[in-house]
Amino acid sequence: MAATVETVERVRALDKYKYGFVTDIESETAPKGLSEDTVRFISAKKGEPEWLLEWRLKAYRHWLKMPEPGWSKVQFPPIDYQDSYYYSAPKSPTDGPKSLDEVDPKLLETYAKLGIPLNEQKLLAGVAVDAVFDSVSVATTFKKNLEEVGVIFCPISEAVKNHPELVRRYLGSVVPYADNKHACLNSAVFTDGSFVYIPKGVRCPMELSTYFRINAQNTGQFERTLIIAEEGSYVSYLEGCTAPQRDENQLHAAVVELVALDDAEIKYSTVQNWYPGDEEGKGGIYNFVTKRGACRGRNSKISWTQVETGSAITWKYPSCILQGDNSVGEFYSIAITNNRQQADTGTKMIHLGKNTRSRIIAKGIAAGRSDSTYRGLVRIGAKAAGARNFTQCDSLLIGDKCGAHTVPYIETKNRRAIVEHEATTSRISEDQLFYCRQRGMSQEDAVALVVNGFCREVMQQLPMEFAVEAQKLVGISLEGSVG
Amino acid sequence: MLEIKNLHATVDGKAILKGIDLTVNAGEIHAIMGPNGSGKSTLSYVLTGREGYTVTEGEVLFKGKNLLDMDPEERAGEGVFLAFQYPVEIPGVPNTTFLKEALNSVRRYRGEGELDAMQFVKLVREKTKMLHMSDDMLKRAVNVGFSGGEKKRNEALQMAVLEPSLAVLDETDSGLDIDALKTVADSVNLLRRPENALVLITHYQRLLDYIVPDHVHVLAGGRIQASGGKELAHELEARGYAEFSAGAAA
Amino acid sequence: MSDAPFTDHYGVLRDALPGHDLPWLSRLRASALESFSVSGLPTQRRESWKYTSLRPLEKVGFGVTGAPRACISIDRAPSLLPAASEHHRLVFVDGHHRADLSTLGNLPEGAELTTLREVLTNEPDWLEAHLGAVSGDPGGDWEQPLLALNTAMMMNGFVLRLAEGTVLHDPIEVVHLGGAGDRPLAYHPRNLVVLAPRSQVTLIEHYTHLGEQPYYANIGTEVSLAEGAVLHHYKLQADALDAFHTATVHAEVGPDALYDAFGMTTGARLSRNEIAVRLAGEGANCHLNGAYLVRGRQHCDNTTRIDHLVPNTACSEIFKGVVDDQARAVFQGKITVHRDAQHSKGHQLSKVLLLSDKAEIDAKPELEIYADDVVCSHGATAGDLDHDALFYLRSRGIPEPEARALLIEAFLAESVHNIAAQGICPALMSSIGHWLAGRPKEI
Repeated sequence: MAATVETVERVRALDKYKYGFVTDIESETAPKGLSEDTVRFISAKKGEPEWLLEWRLKAYRHWLKMPEPGWSKVQFPPIDYQDSYYYSAPKSPTDGPKSLDEVDPKLLETYAKLGIPLNEQKLLAGVAVDAVFDSVSVATTFKKNLEEVGVIFCPISEAVKNHPELVRRYLGSVVPYADNKHACLNSAVFTDGSFVYIPKGVRCPMELSTYFRINAQNTGQFERTLIIAEEGSYVSYLEGCTAPQRDENQLHAAVVELVALDDAEIKYSTVQNWYPGDEEGKGGIYNFVTKRGACRGRNSKISWTQVETGSAITWKYPSCILQGDNSVGEFYSIAITNNRQQADTGTKMIHLGKNTRSRIIAKGIAAGRSDSTYRGLVRIGAKAAGARNFTQCDSLLIGDKCGAHTVPYIETKNRRAIVEHEATTSRISEDQLFYCRQRGMSQEDAVALVVNGFCREVMQQLPMEFAVEAQKLVGISLEGSVG
Repeated sequence: MLEIKNLHATVDGKAILKGIDLTVNAGEIHAIMGPNGSGKSTLSYVLTGREGYTVTEGEVLFKGKNLLDMDPEERAGEGVFLAFQYPVEIPGVPNTTFLKEALNSVRRYRGEGELDAMQFVKLVREKTKMLHMSDDMLKRAVNVGFSGGEKKRNEALQMAVLEPSLAVLDETDSGLDIDALKTVADSVNLLRRPENALVLITHYQRLLDYIVPDHVHVLAGGRIQASGGKELAHELEARGYAEFSAGAAA
Repeated sequence: MSDAPFTDHYGVLRDALPGHDLPWLSRLRASALESFSVSGLPTQRRESWKYTSLRPLEKVGFGVTGAPRACISIDRAPSLLPAASEHHRLVFVDGHHRADLSTLGNLPEGAELTTLREVLTNEPDWLEAHLGAVSGDPGGDWEQPLLALNTAMMMNGFVLRLAEGTVLHDPIEVVHLGGAGDRPLAYHPRNLVVLAPRSQVTLIEHYTHLGEQPYYANIGTEVSLAEGAVLHHYKLQADALDAFHTATVHAEVGPDALYDAFGMTTGARLSRNEIAVRLAGEGANCHLNGAYLVRGRQHCDNTTRIDHLVPNTACSEIFKGVVDDQARAVFQGKITVHRDAQHSKGHQLSKVLLLSDKAEIDAKPELEIYADDVVCSHGATAGDLDHDALFYLRSRGIPEPEARALLIEAFLAESVHNIAAQGICPALMSSIGHWLAGRPKEI
């Protein structure tokens, strides 16, 4: 592709001039900072078609003009976008620690508490692993099973090459590049992510989680996920990992788009445990994620489940646009903050079609000096006759230095709709803790038990094997929260 | 087993216990009776280490160890069990999960191995069978939506599973009709062992018809005003607490 | 001067404004005007105005007048209280006090009901100390353009003062009649309620209309309740359907004091009730309840904010609404429990019936909690009448329209009957009845 080569040449020239070092298409890292050339570099590096480069550039130009979203409760110093790398190829195995002995013992301690198998521990900690590592062959088996039923599950960069018509049709169709500043940045510079396509009538034979967990660790800070469920299909996708992920990148601006056609169902589960920063709030990930699903078809269903315990700042509103008549949106959320963490999370349920239904169950737990906010929108459009929403938001406070906030927006334009919202805030009950301790449990075990009970409705939505780890994670996240 | 010597305790700076002396030996059943506000529940919370109950004087030895130095869970590990007057509801936590967590915590404390899921289920089945309880109570969240009687029986089940050496039953009869009271009392009687002891805290005599005490103490004004055999309970029932309360006030 | 609407009124009125010879007041007005000029009318870009647009207000082109129109004569202003009841009344027409319609006789010792103008003349020092004392420093960071506008332009209003321990058994009624002018008028009443320790009173405010002209009432009210004081504050806003009504109430509630408010809205093309309550003393309590019935193209906004500033404070808030035709209702309720306000209790509920396919309700109930030992909750529902109940009534032979009216009435009656001053319940129920009968209640 001539244009690409030209672009690469230009990037090369620019680098020489501006930064005084030589880079070429073989180099692994784009120069620091963000410019149109960075965008071109990434696109060239990925060998993308012209239309995608154009889309990225449009996004980049728009991003320059966009203000930071200012309405959330989270607070952080302005981000210096020029002080960051926007492209680096997956690290070579030789760069990482050579064995678990070189890994932060605190991290290993957490892995042990979670009961993560040793081989996986190595992977998570970035330890160099053998090419013949078991999981890889397991993964290959999975891939074969999926191909047999016609499910496409691959890195999005691969999908751009192999299934350009699908990507072109759906990319940005749920989250337009101009949606918000973070999504806009992602559109300009996304490096990789997952692509899932479930053909008509196919029930995906496995949770798309195990595979992901083993293979998609280095998706980078601007991850882009696109899932399309054709008519009558079903898929359950689990993103992230229950073990804490060390990552030097401060800013994570991911975008996830889901499309469900007639009678299709997508279940998307997230367990997010990025590095939260230390007890004083130093370091930690800014997790600014835009997730949205479109229930385009009749009787379609999208269900979001999230357990958010990590990151210094979480800014995330997995949403459903309920276009198809009788479509269903669900949002089940647990957000736990401790120390100096901040979470501003919730959902939007936009009811457009008739008899659309949505259900929101959000549990916020704040400890230490953290702040946890539920922010949500339920909008019943004028044509959404028979729509129904039920929302329950409960907040639990542990300690007297944290905050829990509930900010729902409820807009109803149809009288044949029923909307119900309930919210409560209370502190963790001394009675409950004492009762547990009188039965022999330690203070920390008691807190974990009570909080898990508080979250049960949401936990039940998680696939079984992850529910177990997520429950342990609750205890680990709240360690040290009670005097 | 339990030696309470000159125990003084305050709540919110207010003196509630003003010098309690009590000795409980293995195999004995003691009933502590008293009017409302006499310090009965305070005594049970002081023994189990609840926050907000401050011991200002005196000591409590349990099997020769200083109980007051221990955290609540350590006391539980040592074998002190409190059957709560108002068992606490814990939404979302299934009874089995709670019992298993408690049992394994206590076993860890005692240096016994933890039970795995299979062993635990077997043990709990034995206990529910012994107490004539149905298994579906195990699946429900701890005390949530339980009737008064169910809550008290659930306390008995926990006692059966944890096998404490000293059980303190705080107003176990409160809020129960006569049938429920009898059922709970039967459960408690089934759990009696010669090496264990029971302390019954109660306002009324009626529980003592079903669980017969060896010793009865009258608590009023933060002190034990009188001690005697089970006949003292009947005497109290007939005459009321007035004279003891008056004595305490003097 | 700036382009902000209404700012030109200041120039017109300057010399007619009461207290223009008092330097402190002129400074206060000037600084408020300055701040309003900068901000202009609040727009929907402001989070707290997200659902309410004041553009229609700008389009009308209101004028001002420094003096009451002489030719208006009525025998007696309407009352919400039974005719025979003993009570004290103050009547304003287009913002101007009408002594001839007011009855202020035999107020008991320790109670004083008068006008802002009068206090300004006789006790300017007292006013200097109290004006803005609850609503905030006008020279500071104005977050409230409408109150700033009110401060700049206020001409009159009522002042209610109770001495320590004074308990009034008969309610006080203040009637505001609008629309009497010969052209569309804007006016900005400013009211003060200052209750000394352990005093108690019931205050009823009735906003309704006389003439045919559209009008804009922009009211500012400051309520200060000292220890143990109790204010029952009831308001019926039955303004003309082409009128605009914006009211800002600030209440500061001291130790063991109670602010008990109920507001009912049936009138105005566009109305906004903004109530901010500060629970500032231990044991302070507030009830903030409301009901609204709107139809046509009416827009009704209730925005409340309750701040629990100290421990052991409580609030409860229930707003119920009925929205018909193409009307739109907004409920925004925020409860904040500040860091040290342990043992606070807050409960809030918004319930709305939508009666037509074009009706709309936007609700934003909000909890902001910084203390852990609290019990707070909120709830919000929206929807049509209960179909089962409707069917039940119809199956007993009640025709649908009557059955609907019955259910709506029952829905609202619950709120009305919780009012402590039972004397005004019949009047409120009858205005619900009139609304249901499809006839907006005249006077």
